[in-house]
Amino acid sequence: MNANLQIGPQGKLMHLLTTEGLPAEIVLHILDTARSFVSVAEREVKKVPLLRGKAIFNLFFEPSTRTRTTFEIAAKRLSADVVNLNIATSSQTKGERLLDTVANLTAMHADMFIVRHSQSGAAHLIARNVGPEIHVINAGDGRHAHPTQALLDMFTIRHYKGEFRNLRVAIVGDVLHSRVARSEIHALTTLGVPEVRVIGPRTLLPTQVENLGVQVFHDMGAGLKNVDVVMMLRLQQERMSGALLPSAAEFFKSYGLTPDKLALARPDAIVMHPGPLNRGVEIDSAVADGRQSVILPQVTFGIAVRMAVMGILAGN
Amino acid sequence: MNIEIRNGRLIDPASGSERVQSLYVAEGRIAALGTAPVGFKAERVLDASGLTVCPGLVDLSARLREPGLEHKATLESEMQAAAAGGVTSLVCPPDTDPPLDEPGLVEMLKFRARSLNQSRVYPLGALTQGLKGERLTEMAQLHDAGCVAFSQPGASMTDNQVLKRSLEYATTFGFAVWLRPQDATLSRSGVAHDGEVATRLGLSGIPVCAETVALSAILILVRATGARVHLCRLSSAEGVEMVREAKRAGMPVTCDVAAYHVHLSDVDIGYFDSNCNLIPPLRGLRDRDALRAGLNDGTIDAICSDHAPVEEDGKQLPFAEAEPGATGLELLLPLTLKWAREARIPLPVALARVTTAPARVLGLPGGAIVPGAVADLCVFDPEEWWRVAPEALHSQGKNTPLLGIEVQGRVRYALVDGRIVFELTTTRAEE
Amino acid sequence: MNLPDAESLVAKLAEEIRRDTGPSVALVGIYTGGVWIAERLHRILGLATPIGTIDVAFYRDDYKRTGLRPGVKPSDIPFRVEDADIILVDDVLYTGRTIRAALNEIFDYGRPTSIRLAALVDRGGRQLPICPQFVGAAMQVAPEQSIELRQEAGRFSLAVMSRGAREA
Repeated sequence: MNANLQIGPQGKLMHLLTTEGLPAEIVLHILDTARSFVSVAEREVKKVPLLRGKAIFNLFFEPSTRTRTTFEIAAKRLSADVVNLNIATSSQTKGERLLDTVANLTAMHADMFIVRHSQSGAAHLIARNVGPEIHVINAGDGRHAHPTQALLDMFTIRHYKGEFRNLRVAIVGDVLHSRVARSEIHALTTLGVPEVRVIGPRTLLPTQVENLGVQVFHDMGAGLKNVDVVMMLRLQQERMSGALLPSAAEFFKSYGLTPDKLALARPDAIVMHPGPLNRGVEIDSAVADGRQSVILPQVTFGIAVRMAVMGILAGN
Repeated sequence: MNIEIRNGRLIDPASGSERVQSLYVAEGRIAALGTAPVGFKAERVLDASGLTVCPGLVDLSARLREPGLEHKATLESEMQAAAAGGVTSLVCPPDTDPPLDEPGLVEMLKFRARSLNQSRVYPLGALTQGLKGERLTEMAQLHDAGCVAFSQPGASMTDNQVLKRSLEYATTFGFAVWLRPQDATLSRSGVAHDGEVATRLGLSGIPVCAETVALSAILILVRATGARVHLCRLSSAEGVEMVREAKRAGMPVTCDVAAYHVHLSDVDIGYFDSNCNLIPPLRGLRDRDALRAGLNDGTIDAICSDHAPVEEDGKQLPFAEAEPGATGLELLLPLTLKWAREARIPLPVALARVTTAPARVLGLPGGAIVPGAVADLCVFDPEEWWRVAPEALHSQGKNTPLLGIEVQGRVRYALVDGRIVFELTTTRAEE
Repeated sequence: MNLPDAESLVAKLAEEIRRDTGPSVALVGIYTGGVWIAERLHRILGLATPIGTIDVAFYRDDYKRTGLRPGVKPSDIPFRVEDADIILVDDVLYTGRTIRAALNEIFDYGRPTSIRLAALVDRGGRQLPICPQFVGAAMQVAPEQSIELRQEAGRFSLAVMSRGAREA
């Protein structure tokens, strides 16, 4: 159970499950390849025949239109056949075991599974139980990881900032519940970003998070000082009912990204958000739509990065 | 049957003695040590040269899953597992379906166990009806039916007034109460120790204070009611320290730890191994080391298996959805031996933690190798390595964190009441 | 073995192209050697249209065997392919498979009026019906050898390497 499933013999990427422990060479391979796919997206025929004949199954146990759509677009631009399966997690369908669903789909000659699940570890469980020819991409498992989001965010940072080794990056908000935050932290530290900060109230920061290689700030003013990249996390409404936060208004006051707070960062700092935005909760509209925001380019880059991940995996 | 166990290394935890001697069994008891009694004719001779002979293991927690949970395991398979593990007496918790809160259920269980003629089964009765933590059970009648004590996992005991009253009621009859210290609300929705590993894996954490807050309440109520309490499955360094203080202050509490917790920590979860989903959770290395120190200095009285067979479907799920628990009857001895070896504890002292000490907690005789004592015995090869694999386990539950690992210490024979209830046959496929 | 002088081959190629094409011809070089040659030809011929550069990695027929290697460069065709007269430029022409991939890639940008092929070196060994309109020189090497174009301080040179044969 301690074998690193992602990396196969000869160090080739077999699954993309988490950015934790993902070697820098592989991360850079993905980012470099994604650059080519960005230029593909800018031509008239946005497709390449690379994955023709391959069947990619979107296994979304947790509903999501946005992420599923970008994976679907990415797969189709690689000329792959895409099948979407939205498996509701209602008690009626709980009758079929997760692994039985996977086994049935394997029998339909799936080449790749893109898995989103509400439980941490779901993608690992599936990857451990598929045949050697099948690749698994984790599109988000519980609070654990969302590697493609982190990779597209690294691509975005490199696009605007060029280098990783001189940057200060701040991740703001509900880190405790965020798979995006965890994946970002691992990717940033792997790529050699010298200062990664997490900013949030104590109730929303996980235990011993500093052991992941980050500096902890509870004061957003102090945390944003001289920062080059501000990554905002989404705050879900449920947090109020779990006695983690009193209200969205108080959260916004202390941790929402407004123009004033952004001004504490470097003047050329970029603002990122994995989406969807909660305007007025974690981010002010003026900032989300402002000149420092790269939120929309993130989406474009997301397709290219996912094409790169699928293209690399399917050939291994 | 008259049995001669020849030339084994006899270990008597009660006296601490250790010597190579033959042992003679007649009419269910140890008839003599060293030389055969006059006129003794052995109907079977077990060659125990190179093997160790100790009292049969007393396991303070082993789930047999009957009644109601037969898809996980049955009495037949789990009693086989107990015998194969050298466990001659076991205590089974009340968390069956329905829970053991009615005398009829307890009688049925005892009857079924007795008819299998293997290890001794001591059921724990539910402390509250349905284990719901609201109303008292008929403790006196349950005791008459065979319950040795009454138990409640902390997570379902949310009302301290009910807890206090159940302790008071139990003291009326002098019954012991076994409690697993876990605060229901602090452990709500948690599945792993609240630490760096849970943070990395994105698992909801159960903080140490879930154990210590509950322990604190229990210890205060023990002082207030004078109840006799056994604390089940300590998991944290702070928890051990609290029990150490309580014992120092003269409180009559006892406690146990599960065998896996003596060796494993949250790091062993690796990439979401749901076989490491246990209650209480595997905590940090510091906690594990404190548990070992607690065993060394006697703060922790006994090691148990906390045996919980779970069917494959229950484990082949994302970590947080998997059913907690590990199969343990057949690992109790190897894990105890491993601890003894690593902590350099003499074997009689180590084995006391799974023989005389648990027997004392239960208030039962046993755990002594002296003439006249009941012949509940475990004969094992302390050196033999075996691989923990589904085929090697008699339990229906193959859910163990040690799957695929080699462990040392193999039971060759187990005797209950002077009868051989287990004999290792070399035909069993192990590799 | 006497290797031809790459510099004179480029000059020869430029002359042949100049004689046979109009001023609006567009060059598309295949990475990496083909791009170097296309850049040089572009300078010599003084062409108006900027050169296109393509990688063909996403169009290769050996993806299933070799996967997506690191080092893929972004393709870029900065002129309108629709109705263009294109000359595809590669350094070593061998089996023809790279050219097949390049043709497919160019057609995903638009429909050109014509595509012709210029190769610095033709080593024969075609596995597809591809032939060049402009060739610097023909060369014969053993199947396990490969021909490489080098560029040092702005000067081209050819080298023969003994390795597993690379498909061109």
